[in-house]
Amino acid sequence: MKRNKWGLFFILPYTVTYLVFTALPIVIVLYRSFFTNYWKGLKEVGPFFSGFDNYVSLLSDSNLHMYLTNTAIMWIMGFLPQIILSVILAAWLSDHRLGLKGVQFFKTVIYFPNLIIAASFASLFFSFFANTGPVNTLLMDIGIIDEPYMFFSNTWSTRSLVAFMNCTMWFGNTTLLLLAGMLGIDPSLREAAEVDGANSKQVFTRIILPLIRPILLYVIITSLIGGIQMFDVPQILTKGTGNPGRTTMTILMYLNKHMYSKNYGISGALSVILFLITAMLSLIVFSVSFRQERR
Amino acid sequence: MSNNSRRVIVYSVLIIVSFLCLFWFYALFINATRSNGDLTRGFSLIPGTALIDNWNNMLHCALPVMSSMKNSLLVALSSSILCSYFSIMTAYGIHAYCFPGRKIFYTLAVCFMMIPKQVTVLGFVDLVGRMHLRDSFIPLIIPEIAAPIVFYYMIKYMESTLPMSLVEAARIDGASELYIFNRVVLPLMRPAFAVQMIFKFVESWNNYFIPALILHDDSKKTMPIVISLLRSSNFANYDNGLIYMVIAFSILPSVIIYLFLSRLIISGITSGGVKG
Repeated sequence: MKRNKWGLFFILPYTVTYLVFTALPIVIVLYRSFFTNYWKGLKEVGPFFSGFDNYVSLLSDSNLHMYLTNTAIMWIMGFLPQIILSVILAAWLSDHRLGLKGVQFFKTVIYFPNLIIAASFASLFFSFFANTGPVNTLLMDIGIIDEPYMFFSNTWSTRSLVAFMNCTMWFGNTTLLLLAGMLGIDPSLREAAEVDGANSKQVFTRIILPLIRPILLYVIITSLIGGIQMFDVPQILTKGTGNPGRTTMTILMYLNKHMYSKNYGISGALSVILFLITAMLSLIVFSVSFRQERR
Repeated sequence: MSNNSRRVIVYSVLIIVSFLCLFWFYALFINATRSNGDLTRGFSLIPGTALIDNWNNMLHCALPVMSSMKNSLLVALSSSILCSYFSIMTAYGIHAYCFPGRKIFYTLAVCFMMIPKQVTVLGFVDLVGRMHLRDSFIPLIIPEIAAPIVFYYMIKYMESTLPMSLVEAARIDGASELYIFNRVVLPLMRPAFAVQMIFKFVESWNNYFIPALILHDDSKKTMPIVISLLRSSNFANYDNGLIYMVIAFSILPSVIIYLFLSRLIISGITSGGVKG
């Protein structure tokens, strides 16, 4: 039918933009990953074809493993509390039997931290938790500690700060998305369950949770992608060093370091590895949810 | 458990959560009004007297604070509008029409949703260099036309709420396809447009990694880049009042914009378009 040509017209801008600004860069990344090319002082070495050399040197490097672990730990530390809090909050806010007041205000408040430039937020925490910063001064005034606690000299306190910041910035966003899903559920389903004598918990686990699964999946996937991209907060908080002892160095900070030193070959290989990890993780999430849907 | 005792628990949690969301920023704005000497003396919840001094110091410091603010606004606004508009257009093209390759397009778009921009950034920066677009905002705005995650959201939204009967009715009335999209579909998608525009605005506003690799000229820098320079050795001026002032200033516009857009987004979510 002639009208269906319009469909092609509507998807044209997207397709062209995608091909130029995403597909083409992917080809460039792949191409570069097979060439040795870096700068030694002011002299450029390469580019010359070297097969899988970049991959071999990266994978045999224990640093990569360490940075991957750091990223995963900090993501989980932030995401678990975030998703639990968001599901609970969204369930409460959408429960008409609770009849909460000030929901509008609360929604506005919890989304607020997401608006803050991550760099600004990290910079703020760097000031607040500095050795002479307000948090230490306050803790000493109250008498909890005698001398400043060096938050940025301890691996777990630095990681916790990163996770806490990520959680604070993103739980509002997640809550709003889940809440939109829960409010979109046909009210008659809920009312029917309630007439049949279901309590709030049963309504939640039997009606709401199964119906918001697509949105839950969407939230998990986007957060996963966001977690692998973790960069701004630890970068600013540790001035790009990933200290203490590079235990907060994320995979992207590592990539940034290589790109900054113009190690194009290694950067290319690292990008490809990063891509493969992302693809694998997303496939797992997708297949799990697909299996549940068929059950 | 009775609804009343549940309500007590719920309200307590909501208050604690709200406090944790707002406290840092309240303290930030308080600190921005205090002088360096005042700040070293300790923590306070009462505003200081150095607001105007800190403001003037910011205007005359070595960082391009004002121009970066302007640049950030320009980039974030134009990319978020473009992104929402074209994502809806693309989703509509897939949702409402039947043409060969439609399924493949959808599958590919959803698969490519997984590819973070950061993974392709090496090639992207390389390409931008070859196009002579370094120190330009074009590479930060135009690529947002193709945002797979937003596209996915839009198509899910259409599947659940867009009444095709309205589109059919407009067709019977003789409206052209482009007219139907802009005048019938787009208004129905307003809540989704607002939600994704805000998310995209924040994302663009927040964006630090890619702009830092593309924008090097001082007059082209965006806000996050300037914030990252606060700690750099070139800016060895450790006036904490000034540092808090710059951070506070960097988040001020998003706060103001949010006060306007939050009503739009929240009413959009709760009214939920078409019932059913």
